[in-house]
Amino acid sequence: MEKEFVCIVCPNGCRIKVDDSGKISGYTCIRGLNYVKQELVDPRRGLTSTFKVVHGRNLVCPCRSNVSVPKDKMIDIIKEIDKLNVEAPIQIHQVVIKNVLNLGVDIIATKEIEKDE
Amino acid sequence: MINKDLVIVGGGSAGLAAAISAYDSGVKDILLIEKNSELGGILNQCIHNGFGLQKFKEELTGPEYASRYIKEFKERKIESFLETLVLGINDKLEVRIINSKVGVETIKAKAIIMAMGCNERTRGQISIPGDRPRGVFTAGLAQKYLNIDGYLVGKNVYILGSGDIGLIMARRMTLEGANVIGVSELMPYSNGLTRNIVQCLNDFNIPLKLHNTVTKIIGKDKLEAIEISDVDDNLRPIKGTEQIIKCDALLLSVGLYPFNSLLVNAKAKSYSKTKGAFVDQNLETSIKGVFSCGNVLHVHDLVDFVSLEGEIAGKNAAKLILNGRKSVKNIINVIEGENVNYVLPNVINVTDGLDKVEFSFRVKMPIKRGEIRILDGTNIIKKIRANDLLPSEMKRISLTNFDFNNVKQIKVEVRVN
Repeated sequence: MEKEFVCIVCPNGCRIKVDDSGKISGYTCIRGLNYVKQELVDPRRGLTSTFKVVHGRNLVCPCRSNVSVPKDKMIDIIKEIDKLNVEAPIQIHQVVIKNVLNLGVDIIATKEIEKDE
Repeated sequence: MINKDLVIVGGGSAGLAAAISAYDSGVKDILLIEKNSELGGILNQCIHNGFGLQKFKEELTGPEYASRYIKEFKERKIESFLETLVLGINDKLEVRIINSKVGVETIKAKAIIMAMGCNERTRGQISIPGDRPRGVFTAGLAQKYLNIDGYLVGKNVYILGSGDIGLIMARRMTLEGANVIGVSELMPYSNGLTRNIVQCLNDFNIPLKLHNTVTKIIGKDKLEAIEISDVDDNLRPIKGTEQIIKCDALLLSVGLYPFNSLLVNAKAKSYSKTKGAFVDQNLETSIKGVFSCGNVLHVHDLVDFVSLEGEIAGKNAAKLILNGRKSVKNIINVIEGENVNYVLPNVINVTDGLDKVEFSFRVKMPIKRGEIRILDGTNIIKKIRANDLLPSEMKRISLTNFDFNNVKQIKVEVRVN
C-alpha cells in the first residue's frame, strides 16, 4: 500500500509518497527525502521544553534537544527536564542535561538568563 | 520633549529588524520602545522550533531566533526604553510615552516605525454562549503561563480553533502531562500549517474535528464542561449533534488581528481585509513618515517574513530621513482579484527609479493547483504556477523590471487550474 507523509522539516509541508517497492516521490529537497527515510525506520522529533531556574531574571528557561530524539521517548525526556533546577546565570546553548537517558542526546538552554541582582 | 531621528514602537521581531536595518542604512539616532521588560516580543514564549528556515537556513526555536536579533541590536548600541508604553502618536510625528523613569514624555521624530504585533481574538469576539467560569484562555495566554511563568492552566484540555498556536499548545501541554481531548475547527479545513497538524496532533493521536465548534460553556466558578456541535455549510450549529465534553481548560486559537489601535487613533487609513494599516510599497502609512511592518500590518505565519518586512520598513524610513521625499510620478491602486483574500501594498507611489515591488497575499480557500497572476487592468503582467496554496500560508510575489509609469491599477489573483 502506498504511504503518504507530510514533511515536517519546513513549513512548506511537502506531501511525500512511498510506494510498495519503497520508491519515494514528491519531495522537493534532500531534507524531505531524508525525513521520510528516517520516518520509515525510526521516527524522530526535535524536542523543546522549559526547566526551572534558580536566582534568575526569568522563572523558567526554554531548552531543546541538540539533535532529534526518538518519538516514543519524548515524554520520558520531558520528565527528566522537569526535575531540573538550574542556577542563573545561564548561557545560550549551555548543556543542562548531558546524554539524557543514555540516548546520546544533550538538552541545551535556548536562551540567556541573567542572574537576578 | 526629546528629539530622535527614528522612533520604533515594539521590540519584537519586526521592531528589532527595523532598528538594525535603519541603523545599517545610516540612521544612528534611533529609539526603540518596548512595553515588556525584555526584547524579543512573542518569540520569547514560542519555545518550539521551526523558526528561521527562510532567513538563516536552519531551524531555530523562538528564543534562539530572537537572540540573534537582540545580539545584533545590542552590538550597534541602539537605544531602547523597556517597560515603556506608547500612549499615542500623531501626524506631527510626535510619540507620547509613559514609563516609571521619565513619567510622561513626548518624543519628536523624523520618522516612526510601528511594530506592535498582533492580538488574539477572545471569547467575546466569537460570542460563545454559556456561563462565564475561569478556565477559558486564549492559546497564546496559556502559552505565556506555561513557557514564561511555568505553570499549566489545566489537566483536561479542549482546544477551539486549529490555528498554529492552538496546535503547538496541544503538543506542549500533552508533553507536560495534560490530557488534550481534542481540537474543533469551524471551517472544513485546518487553519494551521500542515506540519503542525502532523507533529502536534497526529503524533499524539489528538482528534481534529472539522466543521465543528464549541456551542456552550458550562461551569459555575470553574470550567466544568463544554458542549460542541457540528456545523452546516453556513457554519451554523446542527441541532442533534451536540456532545458534552468534560474539561477544566478551554483554549481558544481562533485568529489574530493587528494590534493597530495607535494608528487607528491617529486617524491613519486602515485596510478592512487585514485590520492593519493601508500602506504603499515602502510600507509607509497614510500618515506621512509613519511606517508599519510585521504583525501589526498583517498577521504573518512565519517570523522570517516579519523580520523581512521590518528590514524593508527600516531601510525605507532611513531613506526618507537621510534623502527626503522623492516626488511621486504616478499612483497605482493595488486590488485583490479572484480567490485572493487580501494583497499588500495597497498602493504604489511611483517615484524615479522604482523597478521592483513585492506583493504579499493570502488566498481565500485551499487551492490544490493554481496560477498566481498579476494583472494591469485586464492584461497579465506576470503569472506563475503554484500548488497547495492555503489561506493559512502567506505568499509573496515580486514584480521586477516593470515600467510602473503608465499603469493605474494592479490586480493580484489566483486562478484555479
